[in-house]
Amino acid sequence: MVEDAVAEPLLRWIPLLPMLSAVLHAVLLGVLRRPLAPGAVVAISCGTPLLSLLCTGVAFSSLIALPGGGGFLLDPAYTWIGGGLGAAAFSADLSFQLDALSGVMALVVSVAGFAIHVYSAGYMRADARDDRGFQRFFCYLNFLLSAMLVLVLADNLLMMFLGWQGVALCSYLLIGFWYGEAENAYAGSKAFIANCVGDLGLLVGILLLFWSLSEAGAPTISFRGIEAAFADIAERTLRLPGAGGHEVLLVDVIGLCFLLGACGKSAQFPLHVWLPDAMVAPTPASALIHAATMVTAGVYLVCRLSFLFAAAPAASTVIAWVGGLTALFAAMIAISQRDIKQVLAYSTMSQLGFMFLAAGCGAYAAAMFHVVTHAFFMALLFLAAGAVSLVLHHEQDLFRMGALSKRLPKVRVMMLVGVFAIAGAPGLSGFFSRGEILVATFSSELTGHRVLYWMGVLTSLLTSFYAYRMYFLVFEGESHVEREVRARLQEPGNVLLGPLYAFAVLSVLGGYMGLSQFWGDMIGIDRSDSLGNFVRTVVVSGARDGLSAGTEWRFVATAVAAWALGAAGAWWLYVRNPAVVERVTGSLATLGHVLSNGLFIDVLYERVIVRPLVVLSDRVLYRGVELRLIDGLAVNGTARSIWLLAHRVLRLPHSGMTQGYLFLMLIGMLGILLYLVG
Amino acid sequence: MLPIDHVIGLSAVLFTIGTVGALTRRNLIVMLMSIELMLNAANLAFVGFNRIWAANPEGSALDGQIFVLMVVTVAAAEIAIGLGMVIALVRNRDSMNVEDHSVLKW
Repeated sequence: MVEDAVAEPLLRWIPLLPMLSAVLHAVLLGVLRRPLAPGAVVAISCGTPLLSLLCTGVAFSSLIALPGGGGFLLDPAYTWIGGGLGAAAFSADLSFQLDALSGVMALVVSVAGFAIHVYSAGYMRADARDDRGFQRFFCYLNFLLSAMLVLVLADNLLMMFLGWQGVALCSYLLIGFWYGEAENAYAGSKAFIANCVGDLGLLVGILLLFWSLSEAGAPTISFRGIEAAFADIAERTLRLPGAGGHEVLLVDVIGLCFLLGACGKSAQFPLHVWLPDAMVAPTPASALIHAATMVTAGVYLVCRLSFLFAAAPAASTVIAWVGGLTALFAAMIAISQRDIKQVLAYSTMSQLGFMFLAAGCGAYAAAMFHVVTHAFFMALLFLAAGAVSLVLHHEQDLFRMGALSKRLPKVRVMMLVGVFAIAGAPGLSGFFSRGEILVATFSSELTGHRVLYWMGVLTSLLTSFYAYRMYFLVFEGESHVEREVRARLQEPGNVLLGPLYAFAVLSVLGGYMGLSQFWGDMIGIDRSDSLGNFVRTVVVSGARDGLSAGTEWRFVATAVAAWALGAAGAWWLYVRNPAVVERVTGSLATLGHVLSNGLFIDVLYERVIVRPLVVLSDRVLYRGVELRLIDGLAVNGTARSIWLLAHRVLRLPHSGMTQGYLFLMLIGMLGILLYLVG
Repeated sequence: MLPIDHVIGLSAVLFTIGTVGALTRRNLIVMLMSIELMLNAANLAFVGFNRIWAANPEGSALDGQIFVLMVVTVAAAEIAIGLGMVIALVRNRDSMNVEDHSVLKW
């Protein structure tokens, strides 16, 4: 395996450059307390991601130039933990690898990262609420990019975990960026805690995997090593404790542990609750963290370990169902949201659900394809939404916008491209990548794959509906914008619009990178080097073949119908007959209430987990263990018992009575005498 | 010549009287007197044993008697301090009763 590796010392600079910039900002702000001028901040913070993007590009092109499939670039920068000899040798290296999977992901992260850095330069200039916020924001953003690149380029699980935690930290910092408001700080903590629950699963999974591999005689945590030694543990079973000797596959257990981690990071049910709240972050951060890059880390993890999940049928089924259900219910919730960023948050969750669905069905390449296209169109949507709310003075309520198409023509076109892409209009990126997922779902052999397929189709319809609903509410219909704001509306500057153009182009063309065999033949593009086939050199191939052209056309027709129905429905309800919306909302008030509160899952967690935990902490742990047991019994109890001993017992002979002393002295002397005599 | 048993017997009786007196009598002067009694019981024992010791070829004729002189010296010093303390106590509390002086602890 390792003989395919080609040394490439450039790789370490990809995460290191943004890290250097972040450290520079941190030192200047935190230690020297000497903030830089905004121009310098932009030069440093956008320059390093650009350099890092160039490094990625150079490395990627040399990866492509490698002869044959399966080769990869490796940069063993430093042996972090090393020990053992011979067959028992173990080492965890700070080493970076660039193969097809991490290459594609790193490119997406670098491109999206750089574009969003540029956008932030415009956005945060207009939005800085305290004097050092501007540089602080870029410090976090650089650090986030760096951590994400570490996560993607890591060649072993431990280092990936390092990046995984790094992005969680940045996500926390950026969500609570305007920490002056308690709500924001709370949302940041919530995201961090939900992620920690997932990280526990990830950590247990890593340790289980390492433990079983060491027992099989191959103590390794590098992805290549695990894959090479995986056959030794693939068949191993575990006896469940207390379940009547029921045995489960070890890889299923490990897979479920990893799934928990992936759910936390990628906001899948039941750990999705942090993502909607995370929308209090500045919009560029939302675009980078909660749409384009960080949340796809869970999908990336599953694809990275595709050989493990391919051997774990139960875990894969759970992944597919978690993904399918999350996709459906998040799309339902997205329909009912008033806040533009909330719509996008639930939409992200829903698209991530599609990726999990694909990964669960074994179509890892399709999942990665959707990761890529989703990064483009979701970043586009987020940035366009940010531009709209910025010119409206931080207005995020959809029902207080409207009729902006004449005032903001450029933003409108960009938003429209994003909406078409996410809704799955034929020819745009979302159409191809989601179509690929749905076909893979249909042709998989999973339990209930037909149900999952139709759930996916329904979700596509809802996706189309909420995307167009958002567009119509913002740009069409009647204006609900305050008059004086409306009078002074003007398009944002080119710094903001440039990244939008870039993402719009990528959203349109992104789909043609990963055309399926069917579409390749249809359009006449040679697809032997398509994204899917490229990624399949690394991930387990969930190749589907043998579908007849007629079947393929039926899938296409279903997808187009879902898109058209959703779009037409949104147009009919929000442009043609807005009165109907009010009537329908009135009669379905309960349903709307349930949906707009996110199915009350937050409330459920509040009641079932948070409050019992608070009661447990307060009543039992604080008042019981801390105050009574430790303070009362252990600390004060010791002091008090000594005092009692002295007060009740030791004090008695010390009476002050001379003759008492004399008597005791006599007894003492008699005792000594008796001892001496015999 | 008096048998040694009688001398030791007398000494024991005197010592017991002194001990009981020191423990039971509440008058400070009487307590001091009782202590003197115990010391003198010890002196008597010294003198009595000295006679046996003098008959021993390795012994000497005066050891016990010298001890008695030492004890008498110590007793004189002790009674000087003791009486001084008694006077101080009586001036302070206007009482010869030992139970009135029970706060001298700490």
